[in-house]
Amino acid sequence: MPIVSPGVRRVRALFHKEFLQIIRDPSSILIAFVLPVFLLFLFGYGLSLDADHIKCAVVVEDTGVYGRKLAQAFTHTAYFDATVTYDRNFAELEIVEGRVRGIIVIPVDFSRRIVDSEASARVQVISDGSEPNTAAFVEGYAAGVIENWYTQNQLENGVILLDGKNEGITLRSRYWFNSELLSRNFLLPGCLTMILAIIGTLLTALVVAREWERGTMESLLATPIHPVELIISKILPYFVLGMGSLLIATVAARLIFDLPFRGSVWSLVMVTSAFLLVSLLMGLLISTTSRNQFVAAQLSILLAFLPVTMLSGFVFEIKSMPWILQQVTRLVPARYYVASAQTIFLAGDIWPVLLPATMVLLLMAGILLFLTLRKSAKRLD
Amino acid sequence: MWRIWILIIKEFQVIWRDKKSRYILFVPPVVQTLLFGFAATMEVKDVAVAVCNLDRGYYGEELVARIGASSSFHDIITIDRQQELTSAIDSRRVILAVTIPEDFSRTVLAGEPVELQVLLDGRRSNTSQIAENYLAEIVRRLQAEITGEGLKIELDTRTWFNPNKQYQWFTVPGLIGIIMGIEILLLTGLSVARERELGTFEQLQVSPLSSGEIIIGKTIPALLIGVAEGTLVVLMALFFFKIPLQGAVVLLYMSMLLYALAMTGIGLFISALVQTQQQAMLGTFLVLLPIILLSGFVTPVENMPHWLQSATLWNPLRYFLVIVKGVFLKNVSLGVILPEEVSLVAVACCTLITSVWFFRRKLA
Repeated sequence: MPIVSPGVRRVRALFHKEFLQIIRDPSSILIAFVLPVFLLFLFGYGLSLDADHIKCAVVVEDTGVYGRKLAQAFTHTAYFDATVTYDRNFAELEIVEGRVRGIIVIPVDFSRRIVDSEASARVQVISDGSEPNTAAFVEGYAAGVIENWYTQNQLENGVILLDGKNEGITLRSRYWFNSELLSRNFLLPGCLTMILAIIGTLLTALVVAREWERGTMESLLATPIHPVELIISKILPYFVLGMGSLLIATVAARLIFDLPFRGSVWSLVMVTSAFLLVSLLMGLLISTTSRNQFVAAQLSILLAFLPVTMLSGFVFEIKSMPWILQQVTRLVPARYYVASAQTIFLAGDIWPVLLPATMVLLLMAGILLFLTLRKSAKRLD
Repeated sequence: MWRIWILIIKEFQVIWRDKKSRYILFVPPVVQTLLFGFAATMEVKDVAVAVCNLDRGYYGEELVARIGASSSFHDIITIDRQQELTSAIDSRRVILAVTIPEDFSRTVLAGEPVELQVLLDGRRSNTSQIAENYLAEIVRRLQAEITGEGLKIELDTRTWFNPNKQYQWFTVPGLIGIIMGIEILLLTGLSVARERELGTFEQLQVSPLSSGEIIIGKTIPALLIGVAEGTLVVLMALFFFKIPLQGAVVLLYMSMLLYALAMTGIGLFISALVQTQQQAMLGTFLVLLPIILLSGFVTPVENMPHWLQSATLWNPLRYFLVIVKGVFLKNVSLGVILPEEVSLVAVACCTLITSVWFFRRKLA
């Protein structure tokens, strides 16, 4: 029989106890296995920033041929789901009621001005500012449709671009890592972050706080176990659980949503371990400090869940936030994990992104470990 | 009637006397409103771009200067070699990288076609698409000035209801609904569970109160507190974020009350099902996530697949968001948002009736 140091034996025994506790508690199983899949479905199907087929109204006040042709360009493009009307009031009512997100007005003199080489024609684009993101797309797409139509029209009219004069400067844009421009591709790694944060922080915080409430924590502290051993045995089972749900979520994202995976498994495991460690330690610290399930839940929502949704940069662009909030995001572990996960899934193992992120996460873990130890040590006195 | 009144007063006292409950009444709503209000933005401003200007001529410099002057772009990183352009995108330092070719000025002056290479970070494809649009607009203007003809088709763009497309005008009114929802669900969900844990729920049951009275006594405090929380956010929207309230206050409050009723119904439903506070918290969390994610707050409902759009029909927040944005920004009349109001009433009726039924069965 191999000689095992008492420390290892104690950790092993506690680990076993913890594991039984998880398996026998339906709510932790629910959080660890059902929640990831549920969240993934919600994110994958429910969240989309891909604004194509935007509903819009095209008001044709121009009776000439070009007005009609331009309106056709709008009805034929996949960017818009356009309704052609001659009544401006009708269109305005539609935008107020939210049935369309944009109005394109082709004014009375449009055809006349198009033909007139001296004049320039005008088109009015009205977007619904109550949906600012869609409004930005309405403007961009409308500009694109009109420009395309105009070049096309010139060609048809025999204005051959031999000298290329009308073509001028064109943008040749290439979207790297996500050429289909699917917002899902960058939202799903964010979803993964959320799952890990929920399991890591919320679950540990609740479970450990419950031990304090029930008084079983005190019995644990009365045993010869060292605080470090206690922390290890508390963290390890949830680490395994977190990795398990990462696996489930990744496989589901690959199979159901066709999420690319361009990096290596090892780099994902590396960054995830670091992030999970930070989340677990944060959960542990929260519950050691609050010792109450209710407060623990509130704190973990405030310190872990909200920052993941708001300050991690997975939906909302960090660069566009006020300066002070940008600095706050540097303290949010999820920020580093979101950047890494998006990179691993969509781009590959880009070490200038992954390595600093892992370092920062490990540093955070170190600080949290120190704080938790100090808290636990006090309790032992 | 008297008995219900007493019960309501008792509920308020329970909430008020507990330091923790008092804390969750005020601190999270304010923190969340501030955080969401400032952080939840999909605006594209101050993003970093890289420019590789191989052209030494006038127009190359001019284009770089114009990109730098745009409010959408902040850090302009000038790079000499295309190789570095790639790594600037890879390492997420910039979202957009544009290469101006060597012969740019010459070709532009000669009136020949010229291509600008633009690389964009697809890991943030929403931001990069909007950034690309802004760049295209800058280039269009430059082009028009070079040819001296002006643009053949002049675009006159206007954004109604929110002239500067400020994201806060979209988020903060929505937050009225989100925060009311969170607080109402937590209050109703937890209050019954807490009484169950403490055993006081049985005392209520043996009291002469009928089950209907108990339910009303639990509903009204949550309803009132919910509307009060909503008022807190409305005030912050008006005086802190300076968002103009275009529509009628009466309409706003009528809708807030209906929405609060619908949410109370859902909260009571949760509390009828659960036994402990922890389960109540978990249940609330599991219900809140889809309510928020599928409401149009994060991404528009119309972007969802059709089957999911119909699955959001039960979601009171979805209707409330349309109403609150309508009243705040669009000055809508009751006639315009009548379908949403009716839907709220329907959801409220359904959830309240179901939870009353559940409660009766449990109490019996």
